[in-house]
Amino acid sequence: MSPPVRQPVGFFRATAILLRKDLLLEWRTRARVNALVFFALATLLLFAFALDANRNIMQAAAGGLLWLGLLFSSVLALGESFRVENENAALDGIRLVPASGRAIFIAKALGNTLLIYALGWLLLPVMVALYDIHLTLGPGPYAIALLLGCLSITAPGVVFSAIANNARARDVLLPLLLFPLLVPALLASVKATTLVFGGDPMDQLRSWLWLVAGFDVIYWALGFLLFPRVIED
Amino acid sequence: MPGMQTLARVLLAAGPADAEHIQPVTTGMIVKYAVTTVVGIALVWGVIRLFGWIEEKTRASFGVRAGLIGIGVILTAVGAYLGLFWAPPDRMMGDVQRIMYCHVPLLWNALIALCINFACSVLYLIKPSWKTDSLAEAAAETGVVMGANGVLLGAIWAKPTWGVWWTWDPRLIAAAIMLIAYAGYLALRRFIEDPDRRALWSSVVGILVAVDLPVVWFAVRWFRSIHQFQSSPSTVDPALRVPLRVMAFAFLFLLMGFLWQRYRIALAHRKDEVALPDALPTTARREVTP
Amino acid sequence: MTSPGDPAPAVDIRDVSKRFGRRWALARLSYTLPRGRSLLLTGHNGSGKTTLLRLIATALAPTAGKLWVLGHDAVARKDEVRARVALLSHASFLYEDLTAEQNLVILARLMGHEAPKDRAHALLERVGLTRRSSHPIRHFSAGMRKRLAIARLLMKAPELALLDEPFGELDPAGIAEMEAIIAELKASGTSLILATHLVDQGLRLCEERLHLVDGRRVDP
Repeated sequence: MSPPVRQPVGFFRATAILLRKDLLLEWRTRARVNALVFFALATLLLFAFALDANRNIMQAAAGGLLWLGLLFSSVLALGESFRVENENAALDGIRLVPASGRAIFIAKALGNTLLIYALGWLLLPVMVALYDIHLTLGPGPYAIALLLGCLSITAPGVVFSAIANNARARDVLLPLLLFPLLVPALLASVKATTLVFGGDPMDQLRSWLWLVAGFDVIYWALGFLLFPRVIED
Repeated sequence: MPGMQTLARVLLAAGPADAEHIQPVTTGMIVKYAVTTVVGIALVWGVIRLFGWIEEKTRASFGVRAGLIGIGVILTAVGAYLGLFWAPPDRMMGDVQRIMYCHVPLLWNALIALCINFACSVLYLIKPSWKTDSLAEAAAETGVVMGANGVLLGAIWAKPTWGVWWTWDPRLIAAAIMLIAYAGYLALRRFIEDPDRRALWSSVVGILVAVDLPVVWFAVRWFRSIHQFQSSPSTVDPALRVPLRVMAFAFLFLLMGFLWQRYRIALAHRKDEVALPDALPTTARREVTP
Repeated sequence: MTSPGDPAPAVDIRDVSKRFGRRWALARLSYTLPRGRSLLLTGHNGSGKTTLLRLIATALAPTAGKLWVLGHDAVARKDEVRARVALLSHASFLYEDLTAEQNLVILARLMGHEAPKDRAHALLERVGLTRRSSHPIRHFSAGMRKRLAIARLLMKAPELALLDEPFGELDPAGIAEMEAIIAELKASGTSLILATHLVDQGLRLCEERLHLVDGRRVDP
């Protein structure tokens, strides 16, 4: 019989510790986070040029442009969050503590969600200024639509980023894998955000939000199931 | 199962208000799909065992492959004759409609191939094997080639009938996403050198993509809210049905032949990648040589 | 299988092979290290030392064969093994952008220590990094990283310590300190596996020796 050893902390405690670590890392590298914000702003500005700064078109397309900006930024954020883990095989170190792969997944996905979610709020005043949009339905529905959409990006994003970071051409691979997968959730998020901006006379917002929530359930469940297999080889 | 019911209810509540014509997702449907999935995976497992048996225990491999492709070619010739000369031209679209006899069966068979890829991905995660990995690669590649051809033919058909090469019709969007997603899958396979990691990670990606595709299908239908009726042999005119069926089987035989051939190539690659000069451990937990 | 008072061996390797692509990093290796003993692992670069250590640490899974670590199956019961084994590897497992203290505190929290900060400070003092505890790892020299990695290993108080080139990148004083730490680990009953090119130092510290050539066991 071996003497009793200190058991590793429980699942939720481990998730909280790892999430705190991810947020701490983001705080310590806030120069990179700042760059991410300016990247998102630059994309929004470029979209305006691409649409010939036509106020009507920009207003109508604002929901889609917002989500494209967030999607491009999230690819950078996701890639960065695993580059940090791979630098000194730090993820291996966490894994061997031992920490549950599922806790690592949840923490990583939540950390990235918070980052993109905050970015979504930061972009809002810019969108008001650049595209002349209005929060017709108020900030509450915007908050929900934004959160649900961010959740749907990050869960598959974390799985793919963990894979792509160990492959050649990882910068191409992550968007190539992620973008097609995200189309359905993105469509629904765009619809929901457009309704939040433009008003919802036919009361459709609820059903689009439910749809995104359904994708979130599917993506998070799959990520939760499959992520440990990705990092254990 | 309560989880499934909840999910069904979420999806049921999710359709937009103006989409009554779309079949609602019910628990019964989900159960049916789940059962079909399990049976399908078991079927593919059986096919892999059969391939293995024919390859290793008999000398019939070449004959079977040649036979499959031969039958496919003959059926294609028959189907082409039926489609081009025997079937009457479409009342609305004229002769152009004859593209359907290739276009639709190609996409059906592409879907079959991609389903096989999904089954192989699941099987690999359950029990790693170079055979499942090779068949997954073969299926994805064959599926993408067939799907791309099908979409290309569709565009050629669309130009004279709709006046454009491409419309943002739900089915076209879904097909395009499917092709891009599996192109990503194939790119991933190229970009990972280590065969074990490649097999494991591409299985994970294969599952994620495959689970996503039906969702894409529903989502784009809701998004566009255009009613499209499904083509199946029973919804088209009986005279058009015969060549469609013949061509479907022709391409099915070709698919099987191609799959098998590509599977042998993939397996030979795996064999080469893990080829070991000497000291082959005899107690290998998983097969090192197939 | 084992009666109380007769602990399972520290490492029990039975016919273990590990394949990377078309190369056997380890080929049908068998070896048993009794509890509390220390093993010197020698061999040229690429002979399979690191692979063996990573297998024992369960960072890798064997391609074939059976592997028990401290009486636990290293394939089926990974977490049991991981909780008792610590690996000092070439990669430092450290977050470049965090400070030395933060790196250790996170680890202490994940291991469930009651007072993670105190534990971290004690270990930083032990490896002589107190003065630099609030500096990010990015500005550390190779030797300082090594010291911090050792602190990381000591944090776990492992029953089996796996040391991959512990003397690499250390100055003579550092090598002496490392020898002292290893001697202390030994004295406290920790089983040890030490992979190093410095055979003299290694032989002074270890009773057993395993020499690998191309992933195979060879008598030195």
